Amino acid sequence: MNELAVVLPGLNLKNPIMPASGCFGFGYEYSNFYDLSELGAVIMKAATGTARLGNPTPRVAETASGMLNAIGLQNPGVNHIIEQEVPFLAEYDTSIIANIAGSTIEEYEMVAEAFNDTEHVHALELNISCPNVKEGGIQFGTDPQMAAKVTERVKRVSKLPIYVKLSPNVTDIVAMAKAVEAAGADGLSMINTLTGMQIHLPSRRPLIANKTGGLSGPAIKPIAIRMIYEVKQHVDLPIIGMGGICNAEDVLEFLLAGADAVAVGTANFSNPLVCKEIIADLPDVLKRNGLSSVQEAIGKAVFI
Amino acid sequence: MKKEKLTIIATKQIAKATFEMKLENIHISENAVPGQFLHILMEGHTLGRPISIADIDKQNHIVTILFKVVGSGTKRLAEYRVGQQIDALGPSGNGFPSEQNEKKTVLLIGGGIGVPPMYYLGKQLAEQNVNVIAILGFQTAENVFYEEKFNQVAETYIVTDDGSYGEEGFVTDLLDQVGNFDCYYTCGPLPMIKAITDKLIGKRGYISLEERMGCGVGACLACMIPANNQSGYKKICSDGPVFSAEEVII
Repeated sequence: MNELAVVLPGLNLKNPIMPASGCFGFGYEYSNFYDLSELGAVIMKAATGTARLGNPTPRVAETASGMLNAIGLQNPGVNHIIEQEVPFLAEYDTSIIANIAGSTIEEYEMVAEAFNDTEHVHALELNISCPNVKEGGIQFGTDPQMAAKVTERVKRVSKLPIYVKLSPNVTDIVAMAKAVEAAGADGLSMINTLTGMQIHLPSRRPLIANKTGGLSGPAIKPIAIRMIYEVKQHVDLPIIGMGGICNAEDVLEFLLAGADAVAVGTANFSNPLVCKEIIADLPDVLKRNGLSSVQEAIGKAVFI
Repeated sequence: MKKEKLTIIATKQIAKATFEMKLENIHISENAVPGQFLHILMEGHTLGRPISIADIDKQNHIVTILFKVVGSGTKRLAEYRVGQQIDALGPSGNGFPSEQNEKKTVLLIGGGIGVPPMYYLGKQLAEQNVNVIAILGFQTAENVFYEEKFNQVAETYIVTDDGSYGEEGFVTDLLDQVGNFDCYYTCGPLPMIKAITDKLIGKRGYISLEERMGCGVGACLACMIPANNQSGYKKICSDGPVFSAEEVII
């Protein structure tokens, strides 16, 4: 087994690096920059039951060490994704994780079920934490009972392992993690963006049309590390960690805090080659920190 | 499009808060066409800045960009000095369609920081013996730039909002005065482009749009514009920034 390999439910990863949902489209654009087979996995842009057009523009704004976005789950719908997008990614030697979203529990079920017979999709990421849509999304992600209910219902209809993407916009992240664990989740993705807002001084208007957006980038990394650490103490599920990862040192920090693999999001926008560069740098960063493998690093932060 | 390093070989202020930067790079100078842009990635900033290409000197591998200081990113860029390198993705997006325009007359309409891509286009069209007319709109006299350069490639009209230079008014006020043209190309603020397309409805035209971008490569779906058909939205960074006037809803 190579030093970067990680095995998770449904996922046999050659390395723990994957682009985060919404930050990589369906891979076409970044395939112009490098061979996507180098990636441990790809988490696709969210799929909903039918096509969504998303929010009005401006949809993004830069912040200190991060950005706000309110794309609004724009996507061509699950059937189009299965027929038109998955075949492209299936050409590459990498795992595929489908991010699924909905306005109702029935929509989540329908989307999850649609992926059952798509042989190239290896796991689902249950998006119950998108802060930028009016219905669904965040309401499932901030109430433990709702989160458990949607997890249980999706788990019942899906043949694939389910990684529930938790929202950081909660008081007690451990309660959310425990709730979805009890409901049958196979793993966790953490964290999604934090709801934020920024105002343009000359016009006195919010910088993005949706008023609020999801904050991502290096600004949220300490929050992600703290939440992963807290959840790891109480929940046994594997964790795909994300939130502001920009380099291999960041990856190691997530692994030490308790993540089993990581997703890189906003950094793809600053550097389209960032995932490839992190994969190349990770062995040396592990070595310099006295670790011989990714496996050896997971959850090994020292807390006195 | 590639991720490239460009070396700054000259930088100067040419109008109020407006800078001209000359950059050396082989890949971009050899491949860029008018209307394309650089997605400039600056250390300390999460998002790239899309900046249109104002001119290319293929022989000497020089790319000229013009930008206005509007926020922290462009302020930082204005502080960069000769010899420094900048990271950028480019050439990005789709440029103006190269049509066989010889013996035809085209109208270029640029507003403010939408003027730069019009220059590279005008220069190229003039080299193809196309008759080029340019209307350039600025807020005030202190914002005016590139008039002399345009005079060398086009019959050029300048308008300012306050009349402090050229004619007073908006670019649309001159549309009836410039005579006949076969096709128009425009870049500038959205209200200006809307006013132009409304007035020139039915005329063949190409518009270059700007929107806040995330990735600059077409993956994040931040810079969208509604399409004028059932297809939903178009991506400004990768389907554009140049569209035909009927293709999108402004």
